[in-house]
Amino acid sequence: MKVQVKVFRGRDFNERRPEDYQIFEYTGDEKASVAQLLYELNSKERLVDIHGQTCEKITWECSCFVKKCGACAMRINGIPRLACSFFLYELKSPEITLEPLSKFPIVKDLTVDRSFIFESLKEISLWLEGNARMKPETHEYRYGSAKCLMCGCCLEVCPNFRVGGRFTGAVTPVNMYRILDEQEKNGHRKDMKRSYSKSYYEGCGKSLSCRDICPAGIPVDDLIARSNAAAVWGRG
Amino acid sequence: MRNEKEKILIIGSGLAGLSAALECALRSKECVLVSSAPAQRAQSVMAEGGINAALDTKGESDSPKEHFQDTMKAGCFLADGEAVRGMTEAAPGIVKSLKDMGVCFNLDKNGDPDLRNFGGQKKKRTAFAKSDTGKQIMTALTDEVRKYEASGMVTRLMNHSFETLTFTTPDRQICAGCLIRDDYTGEILSFKSSAVIIATGGMHGLFGNTTGSKLNTGEAAAELYRLGAEITNPEFIQYHPTTVSSGGKRMLISEAARGEGGRLFAMKETEKWYFMEEKYPELGNLMPRDITAREIWNVQKNFPVFLDMTHLPDDIMEKKLSGIVEDCITYLNLDLRKDPVPVEPGIHYFMGGLNADRQHMTNIQGLFAAGECCGLYHGANRLGGNSLLGAIYGGRVAGENACKYSEESTFASGSAHIYDDLPGKCVISDADRELLQRTLGKCMGVVRNEKELQAGLEIIRGLEGDLARLGEAMCSAALERRESRGAHFREDHPDIREEFCKNTVLRR
Repeated sequence: MKVQVKVFRGRDFNERRPEDYQIFEYTGDEKASVAQLLYELNSKERLVDIHGQTCEKITWECSCFVKKCGACAMRINGIPRLACSFFLYELKSPEITLEPLSKFPIVKDLTVDRSFIFESLKEISLWLEGNARMKPETHEYRYGSAKCLMCGCCLEVCPNFRVGGRFTGAVTPVNMYRILDEQEKNGHRKDMKRSYSKSYYEGCGKSLSCRDICPAGIPVDDLIARSNAAAVWGRG
Repeated sequence: MRNEKEKILIIGSGLAGLSAALECALRSKECVLVSSAPAQRAQSVMAEGGINAALDTKGESDSPKEHFQDTMKAGCFLADGEAVRGMTEAAPGIVKSLKDMGVCFNLDKNGDPDLRNFGGQKKKRTAFAKSDTGKQIMTALTDEVRKYEASGMVTRLMNHSFETLTFTTPDRQICAGCLIRDDYTGEILSFKSSAVIIATGGMHGLFGNTTGSKLNTGEAAAELYRLGAEITNPEFIQYHPTTVSSGGKRMLISEAARGEGGRLFAMKETEKWYFMEEKYPELGNLMPRDITAREIWNVQKNFPVFLDMTHLPDDIMEKKLSGIVEDCITYLNLDLRKDPVPVEPGIHYFMGGLNADRQHMTNIQGLFAAGECCGLYHGANRLGGNSLLGAIYGGRVAGENACKYSEESTFASGSAHIYDDLPGKCVISDADRELLQRTLGKCMGVVRNEKELQAGLEIIRGLEGDLARLGEAMCSAALERRESRGAHFREDHPDIREEFCKNTVLRR
């Protein structure tokens, strides 16, 4: 199938202008993912846009190609997804717009600097002190919590999250759950609860926009409810 | 002068790099952990099937000694026996400590990590977390390392890449640190340290379409090879028997599928031919990977080969293999519970790599290597379940010895002169990289011969760039090994030969 691929290549996504986009034509299997499409465009000896102009290769992040690493998160037709798990047959019309996640500083093209996610996990003391307490009844939830790819899709759709702000978004309850559940009463449990309230609970507007966006299929709202119960309401 | 304040440099934040950083922290030694991407993006998260340890919880009287014997036998007796003994003896303790760190292993009724069958091993020895074992272990280790990042023991540099090694003298004998590139700004930073641990993963970039991560370009190994580091056994490449083509890459169908009872068959006109079970009645579908891959390769010339899991109970599919089921639905539009999946062998792992001794030090003093970039534990063929183990154990041993070496080093990181040969580095062009990948893909297949290797070598010799030199080393090692051993099979020399029972060691 033939697809028109519109790629954002500007410096400031929130002040975007029409001239920040380049349009390419891609012909390939409808089973191809956006990651495969980008890889093939970049593999051409010369990348040429629809006006016949030679363009620089498209900068984007990728690693695993099979939905296990979160590197290739981007806005695909306005919705944050992983490029490796959105396929051309899912398109309603043969046009696709690729843009960087808008909440993070642009490094180049579709690559953004997601350091804030990793810094904030350090801030909220996301680690275990002492041995993990493993309750069989919470196994599936802890497993789901550990599946987080830290791709940033849930932060992109969140109306309350911004880089540099105090509110750190759904990444916090999703990941905090396993630690709160495994951490014995001693250790830094109290500190974690306090930072949880400040960096997550007090800032969440409960819009639940993060509920259905997770590309790893993590039950985000379940983990939010469980983290809130453990950290704020002292249950679990 | 002793160097108590010096920080160890670790390049790569996959399992081996994290394990090395943790070991440094436990020894109260500061380190700098450098990687081009966050740990969540490392190839280790892609590991599926499990991690081997003779926990002996299945009433089969398993032991580290048997794990040792199986590892050595699968590797055709090329691996360093003492190193393998150390790894297999440490394995039960490693799995227990991972559980204590919160890794969500599937558990048996006694609360111990459940064990599954894996290729080349008669006893149940592979601990697993459904079919996402790598990701679950990486999350726990990343959490653990974060604790030391917060305390300042581990300095984390993400979005930074290894550029080149520096030396104390121009003759490149003793390591003095690294030049590191900031991937976002392009700035080159110099870090001095007497001890550097390379944990940059396998040489997947020599081929492109492997099951591995696109981040594992092989360029760090190529640069170190240029600078005089030895490469060992590059001809031993593991083709995983069951992969599928997806998105211009190979997608893995974990060995866990067969470990839980999946069966390989070839479609002979209208009849299903269970060729592995027929030919190998004892281990059947769970022969070591080299043998299974070769059988599929041969059978496939005449009949398409499938992996069948349709007979497995829903309970096993749900509790032990759900990741594989999801992947096949997403990427192949195929439900393994209803239909067999067509499979073929694909490049999965590099047994060879930087040549290191039992302390994980390379021939360059102060330069250590661990994980897939280091060829130490797997000989001519790796057992499934030994890569996660080798990465964790190897990282730990490298970390321990790097700490000891740094403490004893007389190199004063604050004042000494350092030398680098950055201008001598030659990065391959995109066009040459593509030709290199295509050429190696052709001549370094499951079955090799002199004619194709010779033709490949001539093309590669005409290419510029350090990565091409690494590819040349691989190709010439395969040409020189005129025998068939483990993953290296020569149709013109189909027998194993005593005089080749030694490791290939190459130096540029």
